[in-house]
Amino acid sequence: MTTATLSPSPLSQPPLSKAALFEAQAVKAGARRNRLLSLPALIIIGIFGVLPLIIICVYSFLVAAPYGGVQWHFSTDAYLNFLFQRDIFDDTLQFTPDFLIIYLRSFLFAVVTTIICLLLGFPTAYFMATRSPAQRNWWVLLITIPFWSNLLVRTLAIMFIIRDEGLINDALLALGVIDKPITMLYTNFAIQLGLLYAFLPFMVLPLYSSLEKLDFRLVEAAYDLYATRRQVLWRVIIPLSKPGIIAGCLLVFIPALGAYVTPLILGGGVHLMIGDLIAQQFGSGRNWPLGCAQALILMAAVLVALFFYVRNTSGKMQHG
Amino acid sequence: MAEPRVMDIKDQPGFRSIAIICLLVLYIPVLILMIFSFNSGSLVTHWEGVTLNWYGSAFLNEEFHSAAKNTLIISVTATIVSTICATLAAIGMTRVKPWRGLAAAFMVINLPLMVPEIITAVATLSFFALIAGTFGLNFGIGNLIFAHTVFCIPFAYMPIRARLEDMDLTLEYAAADLYATPWNAFKRITLPLLVPGIMSGAALAFIVSFDDFTITQLVAGPGQTTLPLYIWNQIRRPMTPEINAISTILLLVSILFVSVSFLIARRRAK
Repeated sequence: MTTATLSPSPLSQPPLSKAALFEAQAVKAGARRNRLLSLPALIIIGIFGVLPLIIICVYSFLVAAPYGGVQWHFSTDAYLNFLFQRDIFDDTLQFTPDFLIIYLRSFLFAVVTTIICLLLGFPTAYFMATRSPAQRNWWVLLITIPFWSNLLVRTLAIMFIIRDEGLINDALLALGVIDKPITMLYTNFAIQLGLLYAFLPFMVLPLYSSLEKLDFRLVEAAYDLYATRRQVLWRVIIPLSKPGIIAGCLLVFIPALGAYVTPLILGGGVHLMIGDLIAQQFGSGRNWPLGCAQALILMAAVLVALFFYVRNTSGKMQHG
Repeated sequence: MAEPRVMDIKDQPGFRSIAIICLLVLYIPVLILMIFSFNSGSLVTHWEGVTLNWYGSAFLNEEFHSAAKNTLIISVTATIVSTICATLAAIGMTRVKPWRGLAAAFMVINLPLMVPEIITAVATLSFFALIAGTFGLNFGIGNLIFAHTVFCIPFAYMPIRARLEDMDLTLEYAAADLYATPWNAFKRITLPLLVPGIMSGAALAFIVSFDDFTITQLVAGPGQTTLPLYIWNQIRRPMTPEINAISTILLLVSILFVSVSFLIARRRAK
């Protein structure tokens, strides 16, 4: 939850030596706490969170068992199958970009989602950050509720609206704009709309917590120096909120890239994204090693995005 | 001119409209879904009149009962276990003398937040399949409880850690000065101050567990249907407004817990 405290505690203000003394005492008090306390959490996540990831790394180098699961023979087929398909007759490998295309499609969906969420989310977050504290609280609550609401149900809500018998088509038919329903469900448009709807709050909240700390004296100074509103926005406000923009983009991009529920419901199994593709290998596909390999390739993409984030934010810290 | 031009330096043109549009876009579909749960017709989109029948039929539905029971067993257990673990971990890891492996431990705690849900889902599925195949171990619904506990821990951890970081640790020092044993200082000083963070964390853990679909769907065995899975099963049949009614109940539970967590956090900020 991003309801950062507004005012620093009065204790952080005393003269330096006194502050240092307080800090030393605090550290001493803290040192008494036992580091072993973190063990239960680490053990649970270690066994049921980290170990499974190691297992799928191993599985991705095994052979698929006929009815799901794996056989313990080493093989790199899963990775080869990602790009190639073995010809049944002459056993040569043929380049089959089917999976690659699904990855690229998902990437495109995630990029478009991130950009549109940013274009809508930034003004929203800025507007929220410039309200009075009481109004701000309401806005934050109103954005926080969809953030934590059931994604399946929210996606269902979109489905009800864009179905052939949905409200949009009903309204257009009643108004006589169209004479037969426009098919929107189970199209790329539906998936894109669903992703936007799902992840918009993920953009607004980090942007808000960054913009909330914006020092408006800098904005005032820019106006004093005859900057226009547009210049203030592009040369002062946006550069200052860069950490929030990066955090928001990442929080939208990563889950959008691995989205599962949205394409499952709004794509109808026709328009796949990476998430459905992976799940399929564990269901009807019965090819667990391939699914594991696909999951790891997705993980690699996520790590690249995270690396980009860490590099950018640590660079920011060096500048102060 | 003596009078300065009248303008709010914080304003940017058009931002208000975009903010309001965002709010409408976020709420209208969900509100429509909720309104249609009161539809007396049997179609999910054509309005015929007001009724509460769909809530009645949902509450009388055996499948709904067992799904609700499973959901509560899983999310209450996962919430309790994850909140206890997260509280202990936060105490052991926040504002302490840096210990070897602290950074790594922090990464492990936050790992479930960084890994896309679908990967966690298939990894957990593979894990339970492996231990079932090799050791014949199957915890039944415990499988889901363990899986949920893992991703609940970081959500419970965040507000507790934030609370600890805001806390005035000199109070503990004062207690120690007055000859309180470490356990007494913890019980009488630290823990009471930490309660809002723990409650806020528990509320978040409960929501993410209660709402989880992806991981549950892949890991759940037969007879382990939870409410989100029940909704998913209903989507694939001819739909009646009963699904709207159940969805509305789920949304109201989320809204209740988010608001509780939010109010606790806001009181803390004051």
